[in-house]
Amino acid sequence: MPTKVENWKDEVYGAEIREHLMEFAAEGWDAIPEDEHDAWFERFKWWGLYHQRKGQESYFMMRIGTPNGVLEPGQLQVVAEIADEYARGPVDNPEFGGAYCDWTTRQSIQLHWIKIEDIPEIFEKLEANGLGTQQACGDSWRNIVGCPVAGKDKHEHIDAWPVAEELHETFKGNDDYANLPRKWKVAVTGCDQGCGQGDINDLAYEPAEKEVDGETKLGFNIRVGGGLSRKEPRFSRSIDVWVPPERAADIGHGMSALFREYGDRDDRFNARIKFLVDEWGTEKMRDVLQEEFVDFELQTAGENMRDQYTYNAGGQEHGDHVGVHEQPDGNYYVGLDVLVGRMGVDDVSELAELADEYGSGEVRLTQRQNIIVTDVDSDRLDEFLDEPLLETYSPDPHPFMRGSIACTGTEFCSLSIVETKNRQVRYARWLKDNVELPEGVTDFHIHLSGCTASCAQPQIADISLRGMKTRKDGDPVEALDIGLGGGLGENPNFADWVEMRVPADEVPGYIRNLLATFEAEREPGQTFREFIAERDEETLQDLAEAEETDYEDPYMHNTKMTWYPYADEDDMGDSPAPTDGDGESIAPADD
Amino acid sequence: MTTDVHQLDDGAWISVNDERRINVSDLWLLARHDVCDCHMADFLVEGFAEVGVDHPDIQARVAGRCITCGTEGVTGWVTVGRVIDPESGEFSAVDTTSIHVPDRRRRLARPE
Repeated sequence: MPTKVENWKDEVYGAEIREHLMEFAAEGWDAIPEDEHDAWFERFKWWGLYHQRKGQESYFMMRIGTPNGVLEPGQLQVVAEIADEYARGPVDNPEFGGAYCDWTTRQSIQLHWIKIEDIPEIFEKLEANGLGTQQACGDSWRNIVGCPVAGKDKHEHIDAWPVAEELHETFKGNDDYANLPRKWKVAVTGCDQGCGQGDINDLAYEPAEKEVDGETKLGFNIRVGGGLSRKEPRFSRSIDVWVPPERAADIGHGMSALFREYGDRDDRFNARIKFLVDEWGTEKMRDVLQEEFVDFELQTAGENMRDQYTYNAGGQEHGDHVGVHEQPDGNYYVGLDVLVGRMGVDDVSELAELADEYGSGEVRLTQRQNIIVTDVDSDRLDEFLDEPLLETYSPDPHPFMRGSIACTGTEFCSLSIVETKNRQVRYARWLKDNVELPEGVTDFHIHLSGCTASCAQPQIADISLRGMKTRKDGDPVEALDIGLGGGLGENPNFADWVEMRVPADEVPGYIRNLLATFEAEREPGQTFREFIAERDEETLQDLAEAEETDYEDPYMHNTKMTWYPYADEDDMGDSPAPTDGDGESIAPADD
Repeated sequence: MTTDVHQLDDGAWISVNDERRINVSDLWLLARHDVCDCHMADFLVEGFAEVGVDHPDIQARVAGRCITCGTEGVTGWVTVGRVIDPESGEFSAVDTTSIHVPDRRRRLARPE
């Protein structure tokens, strides 16, 4: 039997939601019938709006989908202006101020504290500048991800950007695929480094060579069924299919139609295609695709390039896109480290100006929550690198700063168990000041996810942190499970969960002790991932002890019980929400 | 009026009459349970796997982990609140710091 969400989707879903959204916006928050809140909030996701958590009613997170993370010249300034004007909440964040932008692990943008009354103006401004929120959330084709420097990368075999752009154009607003059983995440990789992260997507296009009519051609191998959520992580699996770039959209049609018809609409916990791949196996997946969903003969997989993948592969070759890199055209792209992916709006605005002044004005978002300024003129590179803003968003950051990723956490998210972004900022700063990295370690990834949804992609980090609770001196405190040794590359590996329920204030001490053990016991030249991989579970558990240090954690209490963790008066009852279009509290109806 | 009950956002919370009433992330004490061998499980609520009604109680099967022994699991049906006034649909949530006793469910929230 279809779920309630499916019933709501049957009534109204896809593009038609917009008309209702605009009517509610015109009339104000109160116009949304109280007994239809859940249905409408579920539908609004399709237009990139996610109702914030309990205590923050009437406020929305808004996600802007930027395919492949590409922001064309001028678009970053638009995003900064929108954030500045519309994304201000009742209370400032102590680390990031009153308005800020989040760069996500899927190369999208998230703004918070958005009020429904402002949606028409925001949409108008976004769309007038070639941006949009359509299908940024909800059960459909999500933002297409890929190598963030596609088209500007010396390691590239196929320029994946036109392919990602074609998929974006084809499947955004396409009624045939507007209502899928669950989210549909797609990655396109064109380089030989593997930085599209296809292994953790529902549908992955990976570069591969194929002999066609006696000629070697470049195209994509197809993998299906990757994903990290719900303690059921899966790497995508090859279905033994190769397509030339001009067939990429056809495979997109076929695979997402297959998912639409055969995905589980009775159980949202079982709906992602990774579970269908589990059930069918890859051979049946290929057969059904061939027989029912494409009208051309599928070719078998070509020769992939996975043995060359260096992105997040555990070595030191290519952990991210931070740094200064020459483009094939002689210009440079400069990857800047954005700690936990969040930038205050004044900084965003200043960066937009710098990108315009020194480069083409284009910037790109990475799957490591960083930002890249592209097309920097070689003659002005040094001048750009001397800009004061790059002291904060450095192209040469400390490994603990560049390796940090964090999800949204209890600040805004209903799912999260613990506070994340501000905590990870404090972790990174403390580790930088207090822990020596072992010799030769220049990349070290620490990902903090507030829950098992795994938005910070914890399972593919050197150190994986996942929200938990424990008791300390009898009182409940925020805690983290700790996993070790995850990553991508030719042989991707999910982290092994080693230490469970470590009080959050003892995690930095654990990491310090762990790295000391690594340095003392490693073989010469051995990477951290290799060091973890060769040890059994029992040994891993004995590697280090968690302990308190002089690190102080202001978020040990149950931040989910607050209406906003950083408010001076943070009790749920102190929340001003819901508010009207002016941000004024709306009195309860029975007053 | 009919009381509308469901879990949403990957089981992050339980909605009663379109209002978010019970959330993940709290520790619940479970007695006479079959999640683990602990006499009293100190159970972190990570998600609501199912919701149901045993009139007038609203019940849920809760996914999570006992933080004493580390065992993960899904509880039997636990009462999470009660509809006090069927006419108005007024709902009162249980005190989540009390001790919960999972029981068998008796009726589905939606027809089979």
